[in-house]
Amino acid sequence: MIEERFDAIVVGAGMAGNAAALTLARKGLKVLQLERGEYSGSKNVQGAILYSDMLEKLVPDFREDAPLERHLVEQRFWMMDDNSHTGLHYRSDEFNEERPNRYTIIRAQFDKWFSKKVQEAGAVVLCETTVLELLQDAYGKVIGVRTDRKNGQVGADVVVLAEGVSGLLGTRAGLRKTPDKNNVALAVKEMHFLPQEILEARFNLRGDEGAVIEAVGTISQGMTGMGFIYTNKESISLGIGCLVADFEKTGQTPYGLLEKFKQHPSVAALIAGSEVKEYAAHLIPEGGFKAIPQLYGDGWVVVGDAAQLNNAVHREGSNLAMTSGRLAAEAIFQIKSRRDPMTKENLALYKKMLDESFVMKDLKKYRDMPDLLHIQAQNFFLTYPQLVSKAMTNFLRVDGTTKREKEKTTFRSFLAARSLTGLVGDAVRLARAWR
Amino acid sequence: MSAESAVRVEDKLYLNRYLVDAGRAHIKVRPHTKPSPQLLSLLNVCPAHCYEMNSAGQVEIATDGCVECGTCRIIAEPSGDIEWNYPRGGYGVLFKFG
Repeated sequence: MIEERFDAIVVGAGMAGNAAALTLARKGLKVLQLERGEYSGSKNVQGAILYSDMLEKLVPDFREDAPLERHLVEQRFWMMDDNSHTGLHYRSDEFNEERPNRYTIIRAQFDKWFSKKVQEAGAVVLCETTVLELLQDAYGKVIGVRTDRKNGQVGADVVVLAEGVSGLLGTRAGLRKTPDKNNVALAVKEMHFLPQEILEARFNLRGDEGAVIEAVGTISQGMTGMGFIYTNKESISLGIGCLVADFEKTGQTPYGLLEKFKQHPSVAALIAGSEVKEYAAHLIPEGGFKAIPQLYGDGWVVVGDAAQLNNAVHREGSNLAMTSGRLAAEAIFQIKSRRDPMTKENLALYKKMLDESFVMKDLKKYRDMPDLLHIQAQNFFLTYPQLVSKAMTNFLRVDGTTKREKEKTTFRSFLAARSLTGLVGDAVRLARAWR
Repeated sequence: MSAESAVRVEDKLYLNRYLVDAGRAHIKVRPHTKPSPQLLSLLNVCPAHCYEMNSAGQVEIATDGCVECGTCRIIAEPSGDIEWNYPRGGYGVLFKFG
């Protein structure tokens, strides 16, 4: 193993780890990045949508050589029952701009590119290396890591924990608790390959245009969850995720849900004839603001999914990861330039910078959303989608019933399912949590 | 057996790339006579169907197809039912797309 000492060790080479390592190396710090996978990206799973703004702050000209799939021009939200979906679609030609705002990406490929940038900036990137534990001195200060390499101890002034949602090292060292099963979702995903022209025809796309479908409803069997369909250049990322606690309670299998989602009449035609080339699963932090653990301490900071930084309402994770990684690195650089030690007191600067950024402001805005959606799963993910579907079919089907009678039927079905107080209460609670 | 578990997850795992660290399972089930509710739930929750019940009614794990999501750790590590580690560096699932 490496005998020398580093200014900083970054554990993990996902979005947060790469952002941190890149920023630290560019500022001239001596950085070691450790990744347990064969290469950066080989253990990483995401939908995946990339937001340009947060990456531009790290690699302004990323569009020149980053492996991007499609820029998104259309977003579809679906509310599904077993046979139908009610959709809200937004498509705009304005998304066909010079510097598009969001793209689909394939993480294993994107992360390799990102890692190359980190290496070019001068960081030492060591893959196929699992960090086993954090090294702490008698006072609990983190002073380095122990890896599974021979003589695998390495020291550093500060360790940036970008170890992912599970956060094994931090929990083992007592820095934070294991994520609660009510605050993480398990998502499973398949990669469906189709000839480019067929994919573009099915989704009404030209050139590099892309579309996204996000769906809730009976597909999650009453659990808090969501299905997604993202278009890549020659493939579709298709998956579904639900709260771990809900899976445990219901005994549903993740692959069973995935198969049902694929067989839904609204979905089956989109993927017909595709060749599936991979099956992946990953946890997603869903607890929001209230689930954020202690973010810094003597000799360490935690960033990205490991810090549970994910905006579940807007399904944004990687941009919070990139931003928290970058801000942690900037804070470390500031402390280092003042020749101050990497103490808890000094590293509080990272939290302060994060608080002032969109990351904490957005999460704070939606702080009550997880409670509402997790506790009222049956209503929001089962009852309402079914009611909406019934209302739509009642509205569209012409069968001699008078329109007034049809309206009454629809209204009665809502009342019967949720009662007037229930309906009003749900509306108020949702509005409050959204505010 | 429910209709859902009839979905052959093995066919899905067959698509993935793995470098199996033979003889070094990164997750271990604590020896038991009667499985806890947490352990039992893993039979269904594990997305790679790594957990199975043996003829003696105990829950066993085969980690070869593990996709390293960490779900079983969230559910069954706090109760001490399983011991959870990452595979050694370079081993385990190797996502081509992720």
